[in-house]
Amino acid sequence: MKVMVAVKRVVDYAVKIRVKPDKSGVETSNVKMSMNPFCEIALEEALRIREAGAAAEVVAVSVGPAQCVDTLRTALAMGADRAVHVDAGAAPVLPLSVAKILKALVQVEQPGLLILGKQAIDDDCNQTGQMIAGLLRWPQGTFASKVVLDKEKQVATMEREVDGGIETLSLDLPAVITTDLRLNQPRYATLPNIMKAKSKVIKKVTPAELNVELKPDLEVVQVAEPPKRKAGVIVSSVDELIHKLKNEARIL
Amino acid sequence: MYRSALSAITSKSRRPLRSPFFSPFRAETPIISSVSPSPGPESRLPIPSNRFSSFRDPPSRASFAPSICFPDLSPGLRRRVVSGTRGLCGGSGDRESLEYDVVIVGAGPAGLSAAIRLKQMCLERNADLSVCVLEKGPEVGAHIISGNVFEPRALDELIPQWRHEGAPIEVPVSSDKFWLLTENHSLQLPSPFDNKGNYVISLNQLVRWMAMKAEEVGVEIYPGFAASEILYDENHRVIGVATNDMGVAKDGSKRETFQRGVELKGRVTLLAEGCRGSLSEKMIRAHKLREKVQGQHQTYALGIKEVWEIEEGKHKPGSVLHTMGWPLDMKTYGGSFLYHMSNRQIAIGLVIALNYHNPYLNPYDEFQKFKHHPAIKPLLMGGTVLEYGARTLNEGGFQSIPYSVVPGGAIIGCSAGFLDVPKIKGTHTAMKSGMLAGEAAFRTLVEGATMETYWDNLKKSWIWEDLKRARNYRPAFKYGLIPGLAFSALERYVFRGRLPLTLKHGKPDHEATDIASLHAPIQYPKPDGQISFDVPTSLYRSNTNHEHDQPAHLHLRDSTVPELVNLPLYAGPESRYCPARVYEYTPDENHGLKLHINAQNCLHCKACDIKDPRQNIKWTVPEGGGGPGYTIM
Repeated sequence: MKVMVAVKRVVDYAVKIRVKPDKSGVETSNVKMSMNPFCEIALEEALRIREAGAAAEVVAVSVGPAQCVDTLRTALAMGADRAVHVDAGAAPVLPLSVAKILKALVQVEQPGLLILGKQAIDDDCNQTGQMIAGLLRWPQGTFASKVVLDKEKQVATMEREVDGGIETLSLDLPAVITTDLRLNQPRYATLPNIMKAKSKVIKKVTPAELNVELKPDLEVVQVAEPPKRKAGVIVSSVDELIHKLKNEARIL
Repeated sequence: MYRSALSAITSKSRRPLRSPFFSPFRAETPIISSVSPSPGPESRLPIPSNRFSSFRDPPSRASFAPSICFPDLSPGLRRRVVSGTRGLCGGSGDRESLEYDVVIVGAGPAGLSAAIRLKQMCLERNADLSVCVLEKGPEVGAHIISGNVFEPRALDELIPQWRHEGAPIEVPVSSDKFWLLTENHSLQLPSPFDNKGNYVISLNQLVRWMAMKAEEVGVEIYPGFAASEILYDENHRVIGVATNDMGVAKDGSKRETFQRGVELKGRVTLLAEGCRGSLSEKMIRAHKLREKVQGQHQTYALGIKEVWEIEEGKHKPGSVLHTMGWPLDMKTYGGSFLYHMSNRQIAIGLVIALNYHNPYLNPYDEFQKFKHHPAIKPLLMGGTVLEYGARTLNEGGFQSIPYSVVPGGAIIGCSAGFLDVPKIKGTHTAMKSGMLAGEAAFRTLVEGATMETYWDNLKKSWIWEDLKRARNYRPAFKYGLIPGLAFSALERYVFRGRLPLTLKHGKPDHEATDIASLHAPIQYPKPDGQISFDVPTSLYRSNTNHEHDQPAHLHLRDSTVPELVNLPLYAGPESRYCPARVYEYTPDENHGLKLHINAQNCLHCKACDIKDPRQNIKWTVPEGGGGPGYTIM
């Protein structure tokens, strides 16, 4: 069985981001980019599934500009067998478009399991996994905190973190799983593996070749910083507090 | 957190990376027949078809066979070291071993210049040497911070066409001012610098560009891997370095993600770690490299820098300003710099020599205070800080250069110490030293010379000439600010380095600190949040991060010294000079104060390693991929 993992190249989580002066977006030039942390967890889970013998191959996929190749090399260095890069140009690709592309890829690669991170840390959409499950009509298990695969029965038993606690689901394969933080700790890529990954071939396709038309249905109008937190006011008596709550904050 | 050290491999430069030139990897499995790797689409080097000629040795796995070095039978035939080193620095035999011709520690100006020069010579003479550069930062450039007014002298020699190859050197120096500051005034003095032909740059961006150039000629660069150990054979010859284990928990146990370090064996090993490099210092001590040339101890300064984006009308690209005087007193050597780069960005910083006497001095707070000077503040009003950082730099100059060659290796760049103090430039000399070492390494590996050629050529180069001419400026300041300035003027206009004497440095920096009872605590103004800021805010801007579940990389040789010596005698100076608030004395349960080390904040500046009065703090390299994340510094 093949496991496909979709990874995204995002601004590194440790970087302090800045809004561009023209408010059109976040400054991404001269900024360190890395694989989305949730995608790392997804890839790690796929590798563990393969190491447990439940899968034969792990394929890493990324949709984005040319530099995505770096992210895919990271995936190869961590242990993915193959990588596919879908070159969608420099413009950011929205979740629905990514889902459509992944659907086309799934139809080509025929994986038994598609694992993604629950959300990307740049847009926090939390949509791609759910959308692609809908497009493919596959069962979905999102916010996975534990995944156990049963190869014979072709069933994935997973625990998901929901607001009320932990929910256990049983999914018939093929299925879509999105990973949450507590699923696993991604491995480090060792130097020898990084060296090997440099020479591996990464297959490149374009959305046109997959018969997917990328039509952005959303337009980002403005990105602004949240308003600066105002300083607190120390009141001198309970009466003053009530006065302020009544007249200034207007919540009484 | 779950940070993969491999976030390193992404986006090393701001320009779109071309597909990396194919570099044959070091095989771990034995290859019996010769293998010709296929070149990548953009490869330019002619690849010899017998790259892996004859068979390779089996991988080193728990083998304890002694190393045997076969002498070179013919030029180009790689020396084969039977794997299974007994690393005399305590390495065990269970690490994987990778072999290169040249291993360089540090992807900075010196390291990259050495790598590029080596590969250029390979191209010229049709030879083929494998070069590997290890970098502890998460990507190339992440740990690069410098003023920087750049003298392109070495770059002109290395890559003469840099102007046409997109080098991020675009802002020529347009004005050069020098002020002496008092609390409320500034006195313009004639500028002691001659910056004609120099450029205001971000060294960070330049190094990223150099890394791109290096990869184009086949250099392999691996960011995210920290070299923590020098490997020796039984003849005390340097045979490479080893990276540290990753995934070790705070208590020393192995985490789920544990990965053993890797040995990188090189026929020549170059250490280019920058000022006070951890491996370089070990090597200098172990081989007594200063004593060999009757060199003095190295002296240092701590530079704290911010990059601001200022309002449009105030920005004058190429404008260079240096100041001395306020806020530092007459006995403390140091000064500020303010350079206008492009894009409305300016670099502003304060450099304080670490031989200051007052243990209550707080370099970070002095810098914040400096920004409020009436001649400086208006420039910054309405601007935003983009990045913050700090690093020590060497000021020892000519007198402190150690003998820079050891059997099997050499020390280049600021790790040896070639900064020209009166010019306050060290980039061009670091690059030139790298180039000389690269040339010497080539001659050693291909023509049968030895690395001593590096030292000999250093002494014949313009580095030596410049540093010799500049040797007396800094030591003169041990007599005070005014005598120092007066002597500098004499040196610059009259003597020009031709005085038949060489002034010596005063005490080593860590011995220069007086005991606290001789001084009064300094009251620093509170940060206003617009011009001056507190340390946590600044630290946030440095993008510093370390895997938190790892052993603290700052070691105390004696864990009782902070509470028994540093605190009572010197009022805990490490809690003041550290620009990252790593060291804090916090109340413990017995109502005493205890030293708490926040190693995660560390900016890798090395000030504590230098300034601790009893030299009790030892900076060692943390897990690769951690540390600051500078991009425009």
